[in-house]
Amino acid sequence: MRLTPLIGALALAALAAGSGAAGAADLLSQQCIACHAVTKPDKQTLDRLWERKGPDLYYAGSKFNQAWLVAWLQNPTTLRAGGVMYAKAVKGSSDKSADTIDASKVEAHPKLSAADAATAAGLLMALKGDGLVTPGAYKNEPPGSMASMLFSKLRGCTSCHAAKPGGAPQSGPELYTGGERLQPDYVVTYIKDPQKFDAHTWMPTLGLTDADVQKLTGYIATLKPTEKK
Amino acid sequence: MRLPVKNLLHLLVAAGIGLCALDAAHADEANPHAVKLYNTYCVQCHGINRDGNGINSAVMAVKPRDHTDTKAMGDTPDETLFKAIKEGGLAVNKSGLMPKWEGVMNDDEIKELVTYLRFVSKTGAK
Repeated sequence: MRLTPLIGALALAALAAGSGAAGAADLLSQQCIACHAVTKPDKQTLDRLWERKGPDLYYAGSKFNQAWLVAWLQNPTTLRAGGVMYAKAVKGSSDKSADTIDASKVEAHPKLSAADAATAAGLLMALKGDGLVTPGAYKNEPPGSMASMLFSKLRGCTSCHAAKPGGAPQSGPELYTGGERLQPDYVVTYIKDPQKFDAHTWMPTLGLTDADVQKLTGYIATLKPTEKK
Repeated sequence: MRLPVKNLLHLLVAAGIGLCALDAAHADEANPHAVKLYNTYCVQCHGINRDGNGINSAVMAVKPRDHTDTKAMGDTPDETLFKAIKEGGLAVNKSGLMPKWEGVMNDDEIKELVTYLRFVSKTGAK
């Protein structure tokens, strides 16, 4: 992509915090890095997971679909009910009912203008994460009729991830927007080894067969929100 | 100069082991690292109150284990708890909704969690 050399320069300029040219992209880079890692963190520790304010974006260009980014940045919704670290927002109950999320502890993402969203999405798409995601990992075979059963029952994905809008909050990001949001190669690579992306993340390595991972990814790619929030 | 330092280290290590042994025997105080591990990985299903009522539990077909249940936890040997955490529920003939955590935590951390579970459930090592 033509933007590739640009993003490095912009990120560096933002990190140096002393660049004179305050273009839109430069400002965006400075804003984003207040909460998101745009380069691979030197140390991935458990404490960092608890302290970071937003998900890592240093592999955003291998994770997200650009059109989704452009739309979401203009109209951000909560993808993780409990925010970037669910455990910080969880409230216990005193009557043995399920824990809930204290929404006041979940910060909303800033809304960007259409122009800024397009610029930011372009910059993010250039952050490929240095070979973290394997191109062609998703084989794009028909997921088959068992895929939704794998997701909901057999492999337990729905314990943490919602496949439909509404319902109780869960600890993993919603996946009914997964088809629009995520690149299938990323989904395959991530399910196989989430700790490759963050050594301490609470999505476990499930040890699924490649056939299961392909089916689940094909299924997630078909998921669409059926109602607007 | 080297010898006294080495001796001192040995002494400190021995004292550390002694303290750990004391901790395990009495378990009257929770190990802060184990609490952090529990709060990161276990709370999503087992809950802030450690009683199986995590945020995910509302949609789960099998209710997560209540770690405050002294009877049930007392009947479960350390080895089984360790195996369930490391290899997942299916490895101990329980629900597959309990995933395996061996890719996230090492054996020492899993052992810390087993000790912490004894503290939470007010049961002794088995």
